[in-house]
Amino acid sequence: MSAMNTQGRPTKPEASASSDTAPATFTGNRALHLEEKLIFEKDSAGRSGIDMPEPPKVVDRLGGLSRGEAVGLPGLSEPQVVRHYTRLSQKNYAIDAGLFPLGSCTMKHNPRLNERMARLPGFADLHPMQPESTIQGALQLMQQLSHWIMTLTGMPAVALSPGAGAHGELTGMAAIRAALEARGEAGKRRKVLVPDSAHGTNPATAAALGFEVAGIEEDSTGRVNLKAFEASLGDDVAAIMLTNPNTCGVFEYDIRRIADALHEAGGYFYCDGANFNAIVGRVRPGDLGIDAMHLNLHKTFSTPHGGGGPGSGPVVYSEALAPFAPVPRIQQNADGTLSLVEQAEGDAAQAFGRVKGFHGQMGMFVRALTYMLSHGADGLRQVAEDAVLNANYLKARLKSEFSLPYGDTGPCMHEVLFDDTFLKGTGVSTLDFSKAMIDEGFHPMTMYFPLVVHGAMLIEPTETETKNALDEFADSLLALAKAAKAGDSERFTQAPRFAPRRRLDETQAARKPVLRWQAG
Amino acid sequence: MSEERYTEEHEWVRLEGDIAVCGISNYAQEQLGDVVFVELPEVGRVVAANDEIAVVESVKAASDIYAPVAGEVVEVNSGVEDDPEIVNRDALGEGWLFKIKLDDTSEASKLMDESSYEDYIAGLDD
Amino acid sequence: MRYLPLTPQDREAMLATIGAASIDDLFCDVPEAARLDGPVDLPSHAGEMAVERQMSRLALQNHAAGEGPCFLGAGAYRHHVPASVDYLIQRGEFLTAYTPYQPEIAQGTLQVLFEFQTQVAMLTGMEVANASMYDGATSCAEAVMMAARVTKRNKAVLSGNLHPHYRDTTETLCRMTDFPVSETAPHVAGADIDALIAAVDGSVGCVVVQYPDVFGHIADLTPLADACHAAGALMVVVCTEMVSLGALKPPGAMGADIVAGEGQSIGNALNFGGPYLGLFATRQKLVRQMPGRVCGETVDADGQRGYVLTLSTREQHIRREKATSNICTNSGLCALAFSIHMSLLGEAGLNRLAAWNHATAVQTAERLAGVPGVELLNPAFFNEFAVQLSKPAAGVVDALAEQGILAGVPASRLYPDQTDLANVLLVAATETVEPEDIESLALALTKELAA
Repeated sequence: MSAMNTQGRPTKPEASASSDTAPATFTGNRALHLEEKLIFEKDSAGRSGIDMPEPPKVVDRLGGLSRGEAVGLPGLSEPQVVRHYTRLSQKNYAIDAGLFPLGSCTMKHNPRLNERMARLPGFADLHPMQPESTIQGALQLMQQLSHWIMTLTGMPAVALSPGAGAHGELTGMAAIRAALEARGEAGKRRKVLVPDSAHGTNPATAAALGFEVAGIEEDSTGRVNLKAFEASLGDDVAAIMLTNPNTCGVFEYDIRRIADALHEAGGYFYCDGANFNAIVGRVRPGDLGIDAMHLNLHKTFSTPHGGGGPGSGPVVYSEALAPFAPVPRIQQNADGTLSLVEQAEGDAAQAFGRVKGFHGQMGMFVRALTYMLSHGADGLRQVAEDAVLNANYLKARLKSEFSLPYGDTGPCMHEVLFDDTFLKGTGVSTLDFSKAMIDEGFHPMTMYFPLVVHGAMLIEPTETETKNALDEFADSLLALAKAAKAGDSERFTQAPRFAPRRRLDETQAARKPVLRWQAG
Repeated sequence: MSEERYTEEHEWVRLEGDIAVCGISNYAQEQLGDVVFVELPEVGRVVAANDEIAVVESVKAASDIYAPVAGEVVEVNSGVEDDPEIVNRDALGEGWLFKIKLDDTSEASKLMDESSYEDYIAGLDD
Repeated sequence: MRYLPLTPQDREAMLATIGAASIDDLFCDVPEAARLDGPVDLPSHAGEMAVERQMSRLALQNHAAGEGPCFLGAGAYRHHVPASVDYLIQRGEFLTAYTPYQPEIAQGTLQVLFEFQTQVAMLTGMEVANASMYDGATSCAEAVMMAARVTKRNKAVLSGNLHPHYRDTTETLCRMTDFPVSETAPHVAGADIDALIAAVDGSVGCVVVQYPDVFGHIADLTPLADACHAAGALMVVVCTEMVSLGALKPPGAMGADIVAGEGQSIGNALNFGGPYLGLFATRQKLVRQMPGRVCGETVDADGQRGYVLTLSTREQHIRREKATSNICTNSGLCALAFSIHMSLLGEAGLNRLAAWNHATAVQTAERLAGVPGVELLNPAFFNEFAVQLSKPAAGVVDALAEQGILAGVPASRLYPDQTDLANVLLVAATETVEPEDIESLALALTKELAA
């Protein structure tokens, strides 16, 4: 059988040991922890949280297709609905509440000015198919955002439309495929090189476009193994997909050599820009020899993650790939007005197609441009510096008790990677350690990723944390590490004890999937 | 009934005449953790050795199972489809996955016997 | 800089702890030639008031849809979004949370997703739904890919009355994987179900049909479903206006195997086309081939009910190149907005909202049908219909925009090569349209078409 990457993680919790909270309350609530039923269990038929008068009487034109049966929605008043979602919100950890050190996710502060700007009626209340004369401000905004993105990346073209990072990867790799087709080499160049440490979206993207994925192992420093890379080059190689800074938290210092060798061999360089926060304003990917790269506006440029989206994943292209960028595009007319190019014709004749409905995540464009204007060129450079400084500071504070998988060979970038060597023999796993962090009031770091490191713990503090917050976090992690080594394993294996829920039974969820509420 | 033979990919084979009963090893099910889903091949499919033939999933991993020997799939264990936990409970017995009618009955003898397999997995531990 | 809390003293102290002489030391792995000495050529940082001014200036150069009569649809619909929806989605615990990978401290997001999946399944009449996709068009493309995995047939037939952006998005993805797609011709006079039935054969993996379609037509899809199933193909139903399912027979009741929808019209603003909300619903037995995240019910170590992301082995972070899709981030916050709006509406509210939309559209259609030079093309519709004008629609729309009226979407914008559609205008009327708006549109059209 193929690789097993569970690293022994249990997915069915042991029944909890004696409760710290006995006697239980009569309601099941615990002060601010309020139990909340499903919305469907709060039904009172006929009630609604929205008042609307009787609609005008008309002869219906539904062609005999009226919905006979009820949808099954519960009826609630507005205060009930507000309370329901308020209670649910209080079961979530969030950046607004505390440090959220998820590696490669860049959970930074989300400025509220961005939210206010996105809600200006001139942006939020624009229909995507309005006549061009009525949307010039929107097109200018998209053009300005494009200018900022191209300047920051040092790249000559950008496609704004992708809906998130993985969608940006698809959009970047699709242009590579189109360029290969134009060269008549799409049939021959089927192979995409993907380092083993890459995000899962990289191989999934390559496969979704019909490429074959070939892994490349890492070297003893967590970087691409140059020898293995060079050995895999040939006239069957379409591209490499490389994250830089990579998911081990280090900069690929041989990146230009990689780019040159790849170009020499006729391949294209896709760079995963998920970790752009480490270099924004200090390094332009265009100076590194890349051909395409997506940016996650919901990482580097602070658009909120929203519990899993929406994101936005603009892609920048080199001169070689620019003609193949998808539609829509924006073009400037002779009279200075702007137009949307929505079909692959004229100057856009070589566009590889369309990746999404309409023109992209406008709401996210507004937020990202607001963030860029707020920071300016100087502030963005400071973002990268502080993000890298914060990660290196945590590394320096933690390395006495934690284990660095590749040794302490140099600085990390905006995130620091540890493995579980320091937990060996303690009976505490990376999973247990993460759950104990929850009890201490922190969101866990990214765990068990990248896959190339055993029991990986990837910590990304971001630039929006104070030194005090980092110190509290480091003190807490050091205390936990010492506790684990001292044999206090129950603190970990029983964790979390104070969260709204104890560990959940993922085995049961997957064996007998219950994916919706059912009446009765 | 013969002894189990093992592949480096942690499948086992047990010969019953010219039929090879196949499954995954105890080591494999332990590494995977709780098995939550098993996808089995269609009966009648002809496979070469090392073809991807089935998938065993835990919550956090999906592992392709390779055909340990060449031949035709003649039976699959629908019991593990309904109750995948059997693979954890009894990987070498009730938790078998599929049966292959062998092209060449000597093929299985090229695989590792139990003690070689134990040495092999001992060498895998990091 | 107001968002960056480190002081120069902090930075000094931290560098000392690290053992680095300067910040530049931390960037030593970057090739020297690629290190920028100073800021790039862009403006410097700015205060909140200055940024607000600059952004407002851009916003004011647009004509917001709510400033005058608006009859635009074609995949994006202007509905009233209740104040409490926008308030609740801005709670920091929702807005600034990550994907719920740590379920013990993400039960809020997870329960929302479980409720959302239930609402989507109910509305579409399907058994299960996922936790969302990017938008309707990408949902549609993913549905075609899923149908190919289920049927093991790499061939799809798209209805000519499928929104062209959905068609293009799907075709782009299919072309990349050498996956043949054929389409029937656009049929503005009515839903052309017979043409689709004729295109189904034993090599087809799925047929994609929109309901209501891009011209607003509605038709019983049961005969198409029967034809698909007889040939071993799946029927994929695209719905771009989910409010319609408050009044119309749901796709699930007509034999749909997959419903790919756009959920923007419930709880979400127009936003110039994004972010929107891809909906994806299917049958329970196909769930392991479904793309995207999905939330499931389980229990915790104390035996209490709770929720987790489940069936993750389909997804890229585990399955990598064998994943059902490469999707990762989806439209979580838009799903929350949809779900809250659905909760506020309830059964009675949704019925009434749908009835209002239909009544307004019927009134609009009847009024416009009386304008010389306007011919109503739809025998049946929900809140959107097509009219044939006596002049090219694009020019008429531009002329009316000058008067502050957003008259509709000219079909030529979606079908630029289809000269026979040059005079077709797509008109949508939601509950936000008032009687005066209808009158303004009718009068302006009368004048423009007579000129």
